[in-house]
Amino acid sequence: MAEKKKKAPKVPRQKMSEQDPLIRANNFDEVPLGYTPDQAMLEANRCLFCKKQPCVKGCPVDIDIPGFVKLIAQGQFLGAAQKVKEKNILPAICGRVCPQEEQCEKYCSLSKKFGSVAIGRLERFVADYERELGEVQVPEIAPPTGKKVAIIGSGPTGLTTAFDLAKLGHKVTVYEALHEPGGVLIYGIPEFRLPKDIVRAEVDILKKMGVEIKVNYVIGKIFTIDDLFNKGYDAVYIGTGAGLPYFMNIPGENLIGIYSANEFLTRVNLMRAFDFPAFDTPVLDFRKAVVFGGGNVAMDSVRTALRLGADTATNMYRRTRKEMPARIEEIEHAEEEGVLFEYLVAPTRFIGDDKGKLKAVECLRMELGEPDSSGRRRPVPVKGSEFETECDIAIVAIGNGANPLIQAETPQLATNKWGNILTGGPDGRTNMKGVFAGGDIVIGAATVILAMGAGREAAKSIHEYLFDVTWEKEPENLDLAEDTV
Amino acid sequence: MHRIVKAEFLNDTVKRFEVEVPDIARSRKAGQFVIIRLGENGERVPLTIADSSSGAGTITLIVQEVGKTTFFMNKLEENDFIPDIVGPLGKPTHIENFGTAVCVGGGIGTAVVMPIAKALKEAGNKVISIIGFKSKDLLILENEINEISDEVIITTDDGSYGKKGFVTQPLQDMFGNCMKIGVVYAIGPMVMMHNVVMVTKPHNLLTYVSLNPIMVDGTGMCGGCRVTVDNQMKFACVDGPEFDGHKVDFEELIARLDTYKSMEKDSYSRIKEEYCKCES
Repeated sequence: MAEKKKKAPKVPRQKMSEQDPLIRANNFDEVPLGYTPDQAMLEANRCLFCKKQPCVKGCPVDIDIPGFVKLIAQGQFLGAAQKVKEKNILPAICGRVCPQEEQCEKYCSLSKKFGSVAIGRLERFVADYERELGEVQVPEIAPPTGKKVAIIGSGPTGLTTAFDLAKLGHKVTVYEALHEPGGVLIYGIPEFRLPKDIVRAEVDILKKMGVEIKVNYVIGKIFTIDDLFNKGYDAVYIGTGAGLPYFMNIPGENLIGIYSANEFLTRVNLMRAFDFPAFDTPVLDFRKAVVFGGGNVAMDSVRTALRLGADTATNMYRRTRKEMPARIEEIEHAEEEGVLFEYLVAPTRFIGDDKGKLKAVECLRMELGEPDSSGRRRPVPVKGSEFETECDIAIVAIGNGANPLIQAETPQLATNKWGNILTGGPDGRTNMKGVFAGGDIVIGAATVILAMGAGREAAKSIHEYLFDVTWEKEPENLDLAEDTV
Repeated sequence: MHRIVKAEFLNDTVKRFEVEVPDIARSRKAGQFVIIRLGENGERVPLTIADSSSGAGTITLIVQEVGKTTFFMNKLEENDFIPDIVGPLGKPTHIENFGTAVCVGGGIGTAVVMPIAKALKEAGNKVISIIGFKSKDLLILENEINEISDEVIITTDDGSYGKKGFVTQPLQDMFGNCMKIGVVYAIGPMVMMHNVVMVTKPHNLLTYVSLNPIMVDGTGMCGGCRVTVDNQMKFACVDGPEFDGHKVDFEELIARLDTYKSMEKDSYSRIKEEYCKCES
């Protein structure tokens, strides 16, 4: 570290106040309540404003972190919001769901000794401040270029690409398969972690920038990629995400009461099944829920089950807490709310009653063996350790594969054996001229911010292509993580 | 928002709509479906596209009142709007010239088999349609089916019209007469499709069924519509909705259809009660 000897900040890392765990376990309101302006200024003043800006290197979208933190320290909250939005169009969302502890905050000079500057909380604060004041600025837009771009999928990667291209003066249309834009931000991440009004507000900025969002359009079905070019689009960006749920392939998996996490969360978040019958889409009544998986989606599912009134909501994971891919904050929240955790167990079969309804799951105990390719120790079954757990719903949250719709109707588009679209690297260029891809559809299920980072890179590459239509790259095979669970 | 250009009842509980959705009208093929949603609080309901006119930019939907959403849907009239329609979804029907094709429709399934029969006819097949209803007053689409079929057999459970009995009987008779059949398409209630499949199985006769399991997004994202076909998990929305009937695990499918039955029934009767109060 080239910095001078670090001085301890005068105040500790500021906590956000949160809804009481026992109260919030019964509602869908957001858990953390955000900083007050005073807290935000105190926190911002902890920043050392190091010359090397290690935090920025940890940010997939290159936000000028010291820049916006300084503005907060000076009390210029709206200016700080503008500074963030130079690089990130979804700050209220990223401030909530980015794994900052793995990114910007991990590299903060204060992180080891004093606790890093709470960059994520500050990002959230400025975005909320601006929105609640009703002063959300629509960014300046370059004069029209006459170029048209179609974006498929309105999740984090599609929205980011749309924003960047619209800002550069291109005419952008976003096609979304569901009836509401936002992708996983709307159907997947629950209200208590990401209020949907915030997603809507951030999507509205895009609309104000002239981006056309067409919902209820399943590209691959209603139009092919070729149709889009015939309609006059100069380039196409595919950001259709990881929307194909994995099941466990164990006996009894089609019993009544077994949901993929996607289905369970979509019913509750997008379709608002928690308010049935006021909303028409139901979700089963249940007393005992079990959830399989160890990622953020598993945490979202088990905490949602708890909020729907479960007597017990249990997360079952085949390794230990230490290996769980979920953010530690999410695991802690779940623990505080009363979610039960069973580590080192894996299901072997589901048991139903005579009507085909789930009544129990049989599991095996595991122990940790040698590390696998992900570096985590591989779970190994303990012989003869089978046991049954009573449950009336089970949620399978062990990951998602590539959404197959576009690939099925576009056989000439190169994919790997898992159906992920192959690209020539971060520029997102596929083997089809004018067709770009990015986000989970390329790299496999990952995070919101990585998908946004991919969208940003693709937008640069699309912008270049629109003025220089050479297309030379052959996509190379990407290394994909074999196991995200 | 999609305008309804024509709406008419085919019987007391079944209504036919022509709705403006030009992009779907142009791209749909026989056997595909749409998902509709009637409003902010609405559920997503899959409906087979019965017909389309790319010139007029309309698709035809035939809706039987069976629950809350279809109750409200069938209150819609000409010039009303359907807020959300997404499609065409699912794989198109596999159409080729099989020689003779038998199309079996049970109840509202007649509306689903109709576009398939039409496409089979256009592909040069001799089309024999067997359509069955509980009784004469539930009969729908007789003229339309007549127009596109070489031969039509109608059955009613109570014998009030056509032949008395179930759709499986005339099919059995055809085997008795050693008629050469290339393919059977059976669409209707699960139990009916299951029965048809049991009739054709001993003859090893290729039989397609169109499955309508519970569905949310219709794009392969939720897995709610998973069915076991040939001992493998398939998603009806993207791998189907049509499958080789001899390979479908009907028992499992029939059980899964009942997942929300009591909740939906409550919701339906509550809404009917409220509606009647308002009307009176």
